[in-house]
Amino acid sequence: MWHRLLDAVSSLKLTIVCLTAALVLVFAGTLAQVHFGTHVVQERYFQSLFIWWPAESRIRIPVFPGGHLLGAVLVLNLLAAHLRRFRLSLRNLGMHLIHGGLILMLAGGLFTDLLSVESQMQLVPGETKNYSEDGRLTELVIVDQRSSDADRVVSIPEARLRKAGSVELNGFPFRVVIQHYYENSELRMLSNAGPGAVPVADHGVGAQIAVKELPRVTAVDGRDVKSVVIQLLPVGTDQGTASLGTWLVSEGLGGPQTFSYAGGPWRLEMRAVRYYKPYSVTLQKFTHERYPGTEIPKNFASQITLDDPGHAVHRDALIYMNHPLRYAGETYYQSGFGQDDKSSIFQVVHNPSFIAPYVACAIISFGMLIQFCQHFVGFTRKTPSPRAK
Amino acid sequence: MKRFFPWIVLVLVLISLAASCRMPKGAPGSFDFPKFGKIPVLEEGRLKPLDTVARNALVILRGRQTVRLEEGRTLPAIQWLADVAFNVPGADQYPTFAINNPEVLGLFGWQQGERKYFSYAELEPFFGKIDTEGQQAAGIDSAQRSPYQTAIYNLRNGLIVYQRLKHSLWPEGTQEFASEVKAYEKLLPIGREAMKKGGQEPASGDLALFKKFTEGYQMLAEASSIQPVPPVDAAARRNGDWVSLGTSLSQALKNGTVHPLVKAYAEMGEAYRAGKADLFNKEVDAIAASMAVQEPVAAGRASFEFLFNHIAPFYQSMQLYVLVFLLVCGSWLGWSNSLGRSAVYVTLVALALHTFGLAARMYLQGRPPVTNLYSSAVFIGWGTVIIGLFLERIFRDGIGLACASVIGFITLIIAHHLAGSGDTLEMLRAVLDTNIWLATHVVSITIGYSAMFLAGMLAMFYVLRGVLTRSLTRDAAQSLARMTYGVLCFATLFSFVGTVLGGIWADQSWGRFWGWDPKENGALLIVLWCAIILHARWGGYIRQRGLMVLAIFGNVITSFSWFGVNMLGVGLHSYGFMDKAFPWLMVFVASQLGLIALAAVPPARWRSPLGN
Repeated sequence: MWHRLLDAVSSLKLTIVCLTAALVLVFAGTLAQVHFGTHVVQERYFQSLFIWWPAESRIRIPVFPGGHLLGAVLVLNLLAAHLRRFRLSLRNLGMHLIHGGLILMLAGGLFTDLLSVESQMQLVPGETKNYSEDGRLTELVIVDQRSSDADRVVSIPEARLRKAGSVELNGFPFRVVIQHYYENSELRMLSNAGPGAVPVADHGVGAQIAVKELPRVTAVDGRDVKSVVIQLLPVGTDQGTASLGTWLVSEGLGGPQTFSYAGGPWRLEMRAVRYYKPYSVTLQKFTHERYPGTEIPKNFASQITLDDPGHAVHRDALIYMNHPLRYAGETYYQSGFGQDDKSSIFQVVHNPSFIAPYVACAIISFGMLIQFCQHFVGFTRKTPSPRAK
Repeated sequence: MKRFFPWIVLVLVLISLAASCRMPKGAPGSFDFPKFGKIPVLEEGRLKPLDTVARNALVILRGRQTVRLEEGRTLPAIQWLADVAFNVPGADQYPTFAINNPEVLGLFGWQQGERKYFSYAELEPFFGKIDTEGQQAAGIDSAQRSPYQTAIYNLRNGLIVYQRLKHSLWPEGTQEFASEVKAYEKLLPIGREAMKKGGQEPASGDLALFKKFTEGYQMLAEASSIQPVPPVDAAARRNGDWVSLGTSLSQALKNGTVHPLVKAYAEMGEAYRAGKADLFNKEVDAIAASMAVQEPVAAGRASFEFLFNHIAPFYQSMQLYVLVFLLVCGSWLGWSNSLGRSAVYVTLVALALHTFGLAARMYLQGRPPVTNLYSSAVFIGWGTVIIGLFLERIFRDGIGLACASVIGFITLIIAHHLAGSGDTLEMLRAVLDTNIWLATHVVSITIGYSAMFLAGMLAMFYVLRGVLTRSLTRDAAQSLARMTYGVLCFATLFSFVGTVLGGIWADQSWGRFWGWDPKENGALLIVLWCAIILHARWGGYIRQRGLMVLAIFGNVITSFSWFGVNMLGVGLHSYGFMDKAFPWLMVFVASQLGLIALAAVPPARWRSPLGN
């Protein structure tokens, strides 16, 4: 029994089945990008154990193995095959290297999926930031601005907002009740919203705004406008008796709102999740060159200053196309420009396993070269040439 | 006779090549168009000869490099350009614009009939309609446009191209540009004086005339697509800021004199319009001489590019590949040795031309061979021919050459049709501006495509020969299978290395080794497919026929990766102008599936006795 299982796991048949499934998965995933966009497809097809149908529903069935499952089975299959079938010998060196490299590459891919964080930093010349912002994740931020020395900030991540219910805020005199969360929304002033529109909140600008729920954006460069309606209740009270009111907090509002309570101002804001850094980046100058007489971009370049007092680092650097800056485990890439060339946008990537594919590639390429040369020598030697006879 | 036949073929091919490459010499007293065509100008950010400007514009407007007039005369591109750019009366009546879409014709109240080409003058009454409809189409994603929208969008773009050329070298409505420029130069001090005062006072007399001139030149500066005047000061020189005649005339206000080149262009245009060939040729000579001194590099490249355009190496080698295929087919019927050798010689000549074309493009662009879809097609053909010649050297049965010549021919045809969007040596966007990755990643991937197509072609030969003829003996079948397998291994190596290099490039420039972009997925599909074939063969799950079937399906996968993903309109690698290719891709896929079905016929019913 045990042997038969091991045979199956190490069999070449399983390899071929997995590879074929991967082929189908990649093909289907590529076509699906037309409708769902790259990010959604990536999550549903490639970074998952199964592809579910229907995709977003409580009752759903797995219809095809996802990228993570196929990758894991392939790695298992490879390991088992090498343990059982291949003998360690110089003749098989090419094969060992190729497969070893492949395992490393698949493992590296998994770690990248799990560990890497991509974010953006947008700066206008002269501006300094010590944080980058997530391209897709948002958070609800409540700031206690009563003290003149320092603000106290709590943030409620998107995933928590989605669950609704009540959130206790440690040390704050009130708690938050999430009334409705919008994955994507359109805000309209009540006066323009047409007949029958009702405000979603009774405090703040939300009292003049109607919200329409929209389907999620699928385009690669698109972004959802996330909104939430919250009620604030003083700690130790019940709904209905002492509510401070309801607020609409949304990315579509273009800025924070404030209110007064317990002797001072408070701020409410929906914003991209921030990743704070122990250093800061200042943009000195941004240039966007085009080829003369055309609109074809020739180069983007940002002159920046890096400030890290903790490590006594204060230096200038130039970031431009295909020439990123690597610092403190993060890499800054020139990704584009915003606001009519006035601001520079960096892609900020934290990927601890970035080296894995490099090493894996080197190993596999070397293995393939050995394998190919062995075959090639055989190929030219054995070949008959009819006319030479 | 048999012994000398290959040499005779070779000599005949070379003679016919030499004849078609001979530079046309203008008769004394006629316009020296070749020399005019070699003058370097800046257009779309690239320095190129006027000849290239003319050819590219015509390809955009009417899909070919010449204009056939209604009376039957054919105008070469450069002459057409001279007529349009110097506003020669009658040029607007040339049938310059190709319109095929019946809905677009219907918009103008025209029926689809025998005529396919229409003139600028005929379209003029409908400019308003074309502009509104075209602009509407421009707002729609290129993948979503209907055929009508694509056609009207292209027509509007074509009209813009034409109008910009029309306003490049001659101010509209002017009769005597040269004397006007002289008058303008004399008025410059008055103009400067008025500028200093802020230009507020009411203009009269000379100043009014001066203002009229500057307004005309403003138009010339804004509309012109050609920048023929090289930079004067050091800063502009560093940026390669060539300027249009209009801009140069405006700058004259600052410098106090008109650039001599502007005067020369004005004189040249006036002579051309007046039909004075001697005077025209004199000015062309003067411009060429001053370019050779001031901008020797640009002038040298422009005249080389002119030669390249004239020789049309890809067109020549395309024809030779047809000859190779015919010779190989002949060698299978009889006279095998001498026809086979002739085929090898002709292939070598074709390959030499093909290589010259690739090298010339690399020299002109200063880039590795593959920079866009067009050059990938050219390169795939080139790679296949080299591998095919190599197979021929080992197996000596004509199969390698036959496959290579077919793929060489088809890829060059594809390239020819991809050239319809204009300059195939366009400038590269910032993100592609790296020669190392273009030279390694793109070239490896493209070699991988070559090998995949060659393997597929070999497999097609196997199936067709086996099912339809009696010629596929066991030996022949075995050598075909060996070739296919060998080429597939080669394809695996290059596709894999190319894909991985692409990942490294992506990691270097975006911080993401793998982003599941459709083009990346396409490359991965090829690698996966190769891995499947090789493992299935090693495991004994497929034999000869199975290998062939899988190799043919490799064609489908490779064509999807090469072309199909670009049509999805998603991601960083997608480019426009793919709508016309879609039906062809479907035809190709269908033909491959048909061949697979043919291969599925049980061997007992094949005409070749493979099983026994």
